[in-house]
Formats: sequence, C-alpha cells, structure tokens
Amino acid sequence: MELHQQLGQDTVIISKSALVPLAGFLKEEPTLQYDFLMDLTAVDYFKRKPRFEVVYHFLSLQHLFRIRVKVPLSEPDTELDSLVSIWPSANWYEREVYDMFGIRFAGHPDLKRILMYPEFEGHPLRKDYPIDKRQPRVGPKD
Amino acid sequence: MLLNVGPSHPATHGVIQIKVELDGEIVRKAEIEIGYLHRAFEKHSETGTYTQCFPFTDRLNYVSPLISNFAFAAGVEKLMGLTIPERCSYIRVIMSEISRITDHLTCVGASAMELGAFSVFLYMIKAREWLYELVESVTGARLTISYGRIGGVKADFPEGFDQQCRTALEKTREVLEEVHGLLSGNRIFYDRTRGVGIISAKDAIGYGITGPFLRSTGVNYDVRKAFPYLVYDRLDFDIPCGEDGDNYSRYLVRMEEMEQSIRIIEQALDQIPEGPTNVDPEGKTIDPDLMADLGKFGKTAGLLQNEVLIQPTLQGSEKRYHEGISADSKTVSLPPKEQVYSSIEGLMNHFKIIMLGHGICPPQGEVYCPVEGANGELGFYIVSDGTDRPWRVRSHPPCFPIMAALEKILVGDQMADIVPTFGSVNMIAGELDR
Repeated sequence: MELHQQLGQDTVIISKSALVPLAGFLKEEPTLQYDFLMDLTAVDYFKRKPRFEVVYHFLSLQHLFRIRVKVPLSEPDTELDSLVSIWPSANWYEREVYDMFGIRFAGHPDLKRILMYPEFEGHPLRKDYPIDKRQPRVGPKD
Repeated sequence: MLLNVGPSHPATHGVIQIKVELDGEIVRKAEIEIGYLHRAFEKHSETGTYTQCFPFTDRLNYVSPLISNFAFAAGVEKLMGLTIPERCSYIRVIMSEISRITDHLTCVGASAMELGAFSVFLYMIKAREWLYELVESVTGARLTISYGRIGGVKADFPEGFDQQCRTALEKTREVLEEVHGLLSGNRIFYDRTRGVGIISAKDAIGYGITGPFLRSTGVNYDVRKAFPYLVYDRLDFDIPCGEDGDNYSRYLVRMEEMEQSIRIIEQALDQIPEGPTNVDPEGKTIDPDLMADLGKFGKTAGLLQNEVLIQPTLQGSEKRYHEGISADSKTVSLPPKEQVYSSIEGLMNHFKIIMLGHGICPPQGEVYCPVEGANGELGFYIVSDGTDRPWRVRSHPPCFPIMAALEKILVGDQMADIVPTFGSVNMIAGELDR
C-alpha cells in the first residue's frame, strides 16, 4: 500500500491479506533474507481510522538490513494471520499483542493471555482502558 | 508426572512458573508461565512525559539499568534528530559496559552457585560490589539510577573517577582469572554444563534470540559491531563466539565478554575528551544554597560570574560541566541551575521544559532504536504524536524470546538440568514482564 523511509528506517504498510505472502518473500528472497522477526507489537491510534496498526520489525543477519512492516486494522475485523509457522518467535509476541490489544491471530497454536491472568477482563494497552482501573485479585482455581 | 517449578522457588531468580511433564528424570514437555512481575511499564509510559519514563526504564532490567536508560534516551534523540556531545557518548559507553559486566557477573555467579560452587558466587558478587560502588559514585544510586537524560546524562563523572575505575577493573580482572581457574576446567562444572541445554543456531535465529545466547551457537551478531552506535566504532574489541550452543559455551562467552568490556572501558577512559573546564577563572566561588536564596530574592547581579561549588553528581551540576554532557539544544537540555536562578532566560527555559504541556516534544513519527543490552538486543519502539507525552513506548526485552525458546530447550534434558539451563538464560523478570 505504501513505502516510505523515516529517520533512515524503511517502513512498508501493507493490507492484511498481503502479510503472509510478504513475510514469506522477505524470508526466502536471497537478496533480502530477513531471518529474524525481531519484534512484533501493535499501536492503538484510537480516534484515527484504521484504529490499530500491527508492527513487525525484521532483521536480515546476512545483509544487516532492518525493515518495519505495518498492517493497519480497523474494528470490528481485528484478526490477522499468524506468522508462527514461518517464525517460531511470533508465538509469544502474538500472544502478547492479543493480551494487550485484543487482536486475534488466525492459525496461532495456543492463543491465550501471556502477561495478564486468564480472568482479566479487557485489553490494557487499548487507549480506552483507563490507567487507574482496578480488577479483583483472583486466587488459585481450587 | 506433572510438576510445578515455581512461581516461588529458590532457584528461579525472579517469579516464574515452569510446568514440566516428567518421564522419570527426563523432561518430556515444559510450559512456561510469565507475567508475575507485570507492572504496566508501557501503559504508564503513555501517561507521563518523556523525562518521566526514565525511572520506569530503570526498573526494566534491574541488574544493568543504565543500558535501558541510555537506550530509551537514544530512541527519543533519534526521533528528534539530536546529537549528543562527544564526552557524553563516552560516558554512556563506559557506564553501559560497567553495567554489562555487573550483569554477566550476576548471571555467571548465580548459575555457578546453583551448581554448588558457592565461593564463585561470593567472589563475583564481591567484584560486582566494586563496580556498583563506581555506579553509585557517578549516579548516586545503585539500582534506581535514573541517570540518562534526553540529550545527555544527569551529571559528569566525579573527581578521581578515572583512577577509581581502573583500579576496580584491575581487581575485577583478577577475580575473573580466579573464577576461570575454579570453573573452566572443573570436572563437576564441566560435566553438569557441557552438552546440556543445547540450541542450534537455526532455532536460535528462528526464535529471534540475540546476545550471548545467540553468540554461543556461533552466530556472530552484536549490535555494537553490526550497527555501531555512540562511539563503539572507535573502540577496538572482539565479539566472542561459542560453537555448541550449550550451557558451557554460554558460560565461556559471558566470561570473555566481560574481558572485552574491560578492554572497552580502558580504551574509552584513555580517549574521553575533557569537558569545558572553566567558565570564569577569576570568578569567586559561592555556596549553592546561598546562591539559590539570593536568586529567589532577586539579588542576581554578579551571580552568573561566580563559580558554584557543587559536586557534579548528586546535588546538581556545575555550569561548567553542562556543555560536555548535555546536547546543545534548548528544547531538551535543562539549563544549569545557576542560570535558572539568576537570569530570566534561564528561568523561562527551565519552565518550558518542566511545565505540563510544554516539555520535550519530539516531532510526529516513530522510531525503533536497538542497542546491545547485556542479554541481547534491547530495542525501544517509540511513537510520537507531537505532544510532550509518548503515544506508545514499546520495549523489546532481550530475554523474552529466550524464555519462549526455553520451552523447547528443556525437553530431553534431566529435571536437575532445568536449573543451570534456566540460570544461563539470565532471565530478568522486570524486563521480561515489564
């Protein structure tokens, strides 16, 4: 959709259907070889449309390139394809994004909360989650 | 048999739970639960100003907090297009490397202790203490240092730091030699760590592991060499690499990295340029409290000409040190207190940076700024919307991917090997759970 460079860092903005093909291309293409999925996170722009952006940072060890791939997502369709089959590192990162933002990843083997506890309600890094909100402590199950 | 290790277990330094499925003594499956130390770092950062994020970054990696401090500062500086003074870059390099040594000392010492080598732990903590004393003399605190500033550092080195630092490093070097003699050829240590907790280079890359853990598998990737920042390109050092990716290689890599860090610090101490030494050689000296009082009563005539006698650390900063350690930009660097109390320009400058809604406002945009933390690549992804508060701060913690891979590494090893393998990860819960 868009390609730009800011502060010497390359950014690609793509639509969600292009994510898996692009990720495969970045990894396999011999002149690129992005073998590291260094970071995966999301940003909630709240009043902007589309509301969410899922941000991937890739690193190529061979060529020492870095690239940032962003996938905009708008509510209510906040589901994205999982990259676990290509990079195992995506497993925990995607769980964290799900935990913090409520963005679901289709094809993830075990999509559950990672930092918060299972009984926690809401997704804390969304901008409409109040910073001072308290939730009851939950004891052991039995 | 299903067994819980943790969340509160003496050998898990930090709160973490490992659920293991055992077949006799062999681990068949491991599942790791994290999040016990989640303190909403990223959410909190969004509510404060950029400067207010520094205390939070101290508490990410609490064994080497200086590195996270400087990493965050570097991210914001990149976003604003600031260049920091030469002397400040050297200060950051020296302090980062001291932190790296303390981090590795803790890791190696603790894993050795868990294997029964208690004296190694005591020797290493002794060495760490000398380094913490250095950190304390510079920053005023051992752990919650908050020493980084956007565009600089809080204060310059104290008098005599150079000599103190060299002595401490020399003593640390002796401790490292001692530990080499105690551990490297030790039959028990060797048998317990060799061939245990193996990960292949391909798996390590797939899991996104960086730092000593990746280098122990033979992959030569270090942010300091691959993407040089600060003044690392002017310093001569090697990146130690292992071959086997087991606990023993990781131990050797860490030991060698400490040697290299000592080399870096010694070179940096030789090269560090002097800051501006004196503003007004003929000015009288004045007590800082008196100066502040005079300034508050409006008696400001002649104050600027006086040289104030404050230690460059702890209590404040002397004007003459400022140029060397803070960026030359009025939008980010606080003016010296002498100017705040004695001139209207200084007071306005101070006001503009401190007051809510003014502050440090990077332009709209986003940046990912990686540095080499003690455990691997530590990156801050900062999104700015042009106001004085960050829209989003994301820290990429180096031990997060390692913990994800640990579920796989543990499988096939014995129950008793969980502890040394987990020790070699050097998990820092503050950074892992944020």
